Amino acid sequence: MAKPALLVIGNGMVGQRFLEELVERDAHRYQITVLCEEPRAAYDRVHLSSYFSHHTAEELSLVKEGFFEKYGINLLIGERAITINQAEKVVHSSKGRTLDYDKLVFATGAYPWIPPIEGRQNKDCFVYRTIEDLNAIEASAKHSKIGVVVGGGLLGLEAAGALKALGLETHVVEFAPVLMAEQLDQQGGELLRQKIESMGVAVHTSKNTSLICPSDSDCRNEMRFADGSVLATDIVVFSTGIRPQDKLARQAGLAIGQRGGIAINDQCQVTDDIYAIGECASWQDQFFGLVAPGYAMARVVADDLTGKSNAFAGADMSAKLKLLGVEVGSIGQTQGGQSYVYLNEKAGIYKRLIVDPQSNTLLGAVLVGDTSSYGDLLQLALNAIALPQDPQGLIMPTGGEPAPALGPDALPASAVLCSCFDVTKGQIQQAVGEGYHTIGDIKAHTKAGTGCGGCIPLITQVLNSELAAQGLEVNNHLCAHFEYSRQELFHLIQVDGLKSFNAVLSKYGQGGGCEVCKPAIGSILASCWNDYVLTEQNVGLQDTNDVFLGNMQKDGSYSVIPRMPGGEVTPVALAALANLADQYGLYTKVTGAQRIGLFGAQKQDLPDIWQQLIGAGFETGHAYAKSLRMVKTCVGSTWCRFGVQDSVGLGVQLEHRYKGIRAPHKLKLGVSGCTRECAEAQGKDIGVIATDAGWNLFVGGNGGMKPRHGDLFATDLDTDTLLRYIDRILMFYIRTADKLQRMAPWLESLDGGVAYLQAVIIDDKLGLVDMLERQIDDLREAYQCEWQTTLSNEQALARFKHFINSDEPDPLLQFVPEREQKRPAKPSEREDIIATTEVC
Amino acid sequence: MTWQAICDLEQIIPGTGVCALVNGQQVALFRPCANGEVFALSNIDPFAQASVLSRGLIGEQEGAWYVASPLKKQRFLLATGQCLEDDSVQLPVFKTKVEDQTIFAQSN
Ligand code: SRM
Ligand SMILES: Cc1cc2nc3c(=O)[nH]c(=O)nc-3n(C[C@H](O)[C@H](O)[C@H](O)COP(=O)(O)OP(=O)(O)OC[C@H]3O[C@@H](n4cnc5c(N)ncnc54)[C@H](O)[C@@H]3O)c2cc1C
Ligand code: SF4
Ligand code: FES
Repeated sequence: MAKPALLVIGNGMVGQRFLEELVERDAHRYQITVLCEEPRAAYDRVHLSSYFSHHTAEELSLVKEGFFEKYGINLLIGERAITINQAEKVVHSSKGRTLDYDKLVFATGAYPWIPPIEGRQNKDCFVYRTIEDLNAIEASAKHSKIGVVVGGGLLGLEAAGALKALGLETHVVEFAPVLMAEQLDQQGGELLRQKIESMGVAVHTSKNTSLICPSDSDCRNEMRFADGSVLATDIVVFSTGIRPQDKLARQAGLAIGQRGGIAINDQCQVTDDIYAIGECASWQDQFFGLVAPGYAMARVVADDLTGKSNAFAGADMSAKLKLLGVEVGSIGQTQGGQSYVYLNEKAGIYKRLIVDPQSNTLLGAVLVGDTSSYGDLLQLALNAIALPQDPQGLIMPTGGEPAPALGPDALPASAVLCSCFDVTKGQIQQAVGEGYHTIGDIKAHTKAGTGCGGCIPLITQVLNSELAAQGLEVNNHLCAHFEYSRQELFHLIQVDGLKSFNAVLSKYGQGGGCEVCKPAIGSILASCWNDYVLTEQNVGLQDTNDVFLGNMQKDGSYSVIPRMPGGEVTPVALAALANLADQYGLYTKVTGAQRIGLFGAQKQDLPDIWQQLIGAGFETGHAYAKSLRMVKTCVGSTWCRFGVQDSVGLGVQLEHRYKGIRAPHKLKLGVSGCTRECAEAQGKDIGVIATDAGWNLFVGGNGGMKPRHGDLFATDLDTDTLLRYIDRILMFYIRTADKLQRMAPWLESLDGGVAYLQAVIIDDKLGLVDMLERQIDDLREAYQCEWQTTLSNEQALARFKHFINSDEPDPLLQFVPEREQKRPAKPSEREDIIATTEVC
Repeated sequence: MTWQAICDLEQIIPGTGVCALVNGQQVALFRPCANGEVFALSNIDPFAQASVLSRGLIGEQEGAWYVASPLKKQRFLLATGQCLEDDSVQLPVFKTKVEDQTIFAQSN
């Protein structure tokens, strides 16, 4: 018997989630067809704005590779449903197709609503909903100076942030007297306004736009308001609300909610065979403009269609966001009730709790400028947990001490911690019990935290508390010889001014040390004092690569990789390298890091090779060290027709700025001259991408074993600010990362992630910035080319002989020809060569 | 078995090793700490067939010294040559003594 046909209209965020939920329950029950009006399958609309910095639709895609093929789902891209015939159970598409259905799911989302202002259809007017909208806005912004967003709600402010990032003078025009009237109260809205204005975005409230028309001024258009005032602008972006996309349902005569939207019951059914989910649906005459409620509906329908019972029970509309760099949180009811208010105008922080008349439970909260307590407050409100005696303690500053956290233990097991995926505390506890002991494992196993990410701090708390309860407290001790974490030891070494491994061992450790703690402490000593790494007392701490200032290859020979800042090299320098490689018969290769590597050098030849390299103007490339490797660059504005800044110049500057500084792991930087990103800067620990207005800074990228794109940290920086931010980030990383932790996992390990890092580095939340800058300046000043220092140190040079008691080379180092160069001989290819002892 | 003089004790920095040629064999001499204790093992990493062990890091586990190969980090006890990662692998060990600050090794 043929499978029943399931037709889904719309492949947006909720439609896609529905498909995933359904195939997870039963991959074979239905023959599924999906009509997708947009020119691409589902993408992450919530993070739409990041499209401006990344410019790849793939990055936003919500579809796992091969998903549709794997489940035999017929996805019809660029095809819209245009009519429904309920009697015959068919849908007609814009491409003339007739599609039968047994079950039909509407997931048509919402569309931007624009007030009927004359001129709203002018070619400089846009909305902010799809990738196509963003492409159009960006194209128009290229020849514009001023942009106005109509609508000061959540989305409007996000759009304003985007216009500002595109380099436009930005205005926000709001009909109501306050910003974000839906989520904030009067005072919160006022503070938000001040903060936004101080960032250079003009805010005009209580403005009723009556006309948009061409202008005689420098700008292409002007906006006229009901109060007679006028504002000149080039482009206008409307963000004046959304309406459920229910047109098709109306035409088909389906039930429609009072305020629009396809009316659904608790099973999300419109009729026995028709469902509606996401923003197009109206439940008890409300529709929900957020993803989490849509996802909850998707689960209900997936259950219903696979014979399980479930019911949609409304949704919490709380939200935590960062708008134009300002943190804003809104929980539950934001008006009425009894309030506790905290206002700090200097720091720009406003918090308000709304409680029931007996001050027993939290009904809602408004947070502006500091949303660190959002997670706790949300749980208090959602679970109706009894408030402490003195609820104001929940929002009052605590004089530097961390606020008394609610603590995960106070939550019932049924508390939903991750609203994106409806994961409860109990489910997290269970996962920990089953052996998922890291945040990464928990995410992969439960999906919690893989949506908006807002719940991660709370989930981490639950994880740690569960581990502690099982006696499994995460042990971050360096090794058996030191019962301290790397960060603690860093602090101790610095405060006590300890300068050698033995001093650290006798004060804070036990036993004789090992291959884990020795290099780790060697690295801390180097990061603290930037001494020559091969002083006699430290030489035994270093991996052999550091001792011989080159990477040991499989046969015991070494590689030689000189620094080539930014990948730039003169023909004369190239010739010097070529001659040297020829002289010593070194295998020569362009490395993966935009420089040249010479392989197969014998240990005893290294000093002479480097003497010649230094003579030709080279420095050590630190290819062996846990420190800056290179700064990868593209040619940038100097040569490239698209380049907007001198990326090579900056790359060279960065490479000289940070060379030699020891870090918990290696560091790689990249600078691209424009958004095409030929230097792959987003795959580097620190990435910089040029913009028309300056530089965008990315942190925490990685190539290697677990590729990760860096997080956008700050936009449109001038060069001085950029350098200072990188200074601070690097030093903060050096001080706080775990041993051998690259920047990407370090960033992921920071509670609060990039937002926390921004607070530390940009807002100086911990008051560390001055110290970080001082420390890195000191390290920079202490720079020396280690090869140069080594060459002038007799004792150090003695180490390069292969035998302490003979001048013979290592007889096992033998090479055979390959592709006109050489490679190490395999043991079976080696000739028997016997070295002879000379008595010294 | 003859004792062969290799080098002065102070030519080995405490906490490091050197490679010596002892009767045609490549031998790694280790001086784990500042006292006069010296150990000798074959310098050849048996997993990679490369003459590199003297360049490994010295570590201590439950009071016993070992060297970790610089190539793939397998550990070998300095006193016995036993590999801690693989029971079936044991390196040849050589006798050493220090007289008048000179290190001697015995080839086998
Ligand atoms: C020589 C080179 C390969 C080549 O033939 O091109 C190379 C060789 C080694 N890489 Fe690499 N990597 C080289 C570029 C890269 C790149 C490409 C890049 O930098 O753009 C990457 C990915 C980018 C990144 O790091 O995010 C890369 C990611 C790794 C990793 C994985 C790191 C990670 O965090 O996932 C390791 C392992 C590690 O460090 O623990 C590694 C480790 C190594 C080691 C050190 C392995 C070892 O322990 O022996 C190799 C040292 C050989 C030597 O003699 O230098 N190499 N390695 C490249 C030297 C670049 C240079 O000029 O310094
Ligand atoms: C810039 C921006 C930021 C946002 N930020 C947040 C946030 O921080 N948190 C949050 O919770 N929410 C946020 N949202 C809202 C969130 O994106 C929506 O709630 C979510 O996308 C709704 O999913 P959906 O599947 O119901 O609708 P959509 O994602 O809009 O998908 C509906 C799809 O159906 C298609 N369609 C419509 N009619 C037809 C037809 N007849 N035939 C075929 N296809 C059709 C549409 O083209 C569309 O692709 C944001 C939205 C935007 C635009
Ligand atoms: S990819 Fe592996 S084999 Fe190749 S250079 Fe890097 S570490 Fe060595
Ligand atoms: S709440 Fe969004 S990922 Fe968990």
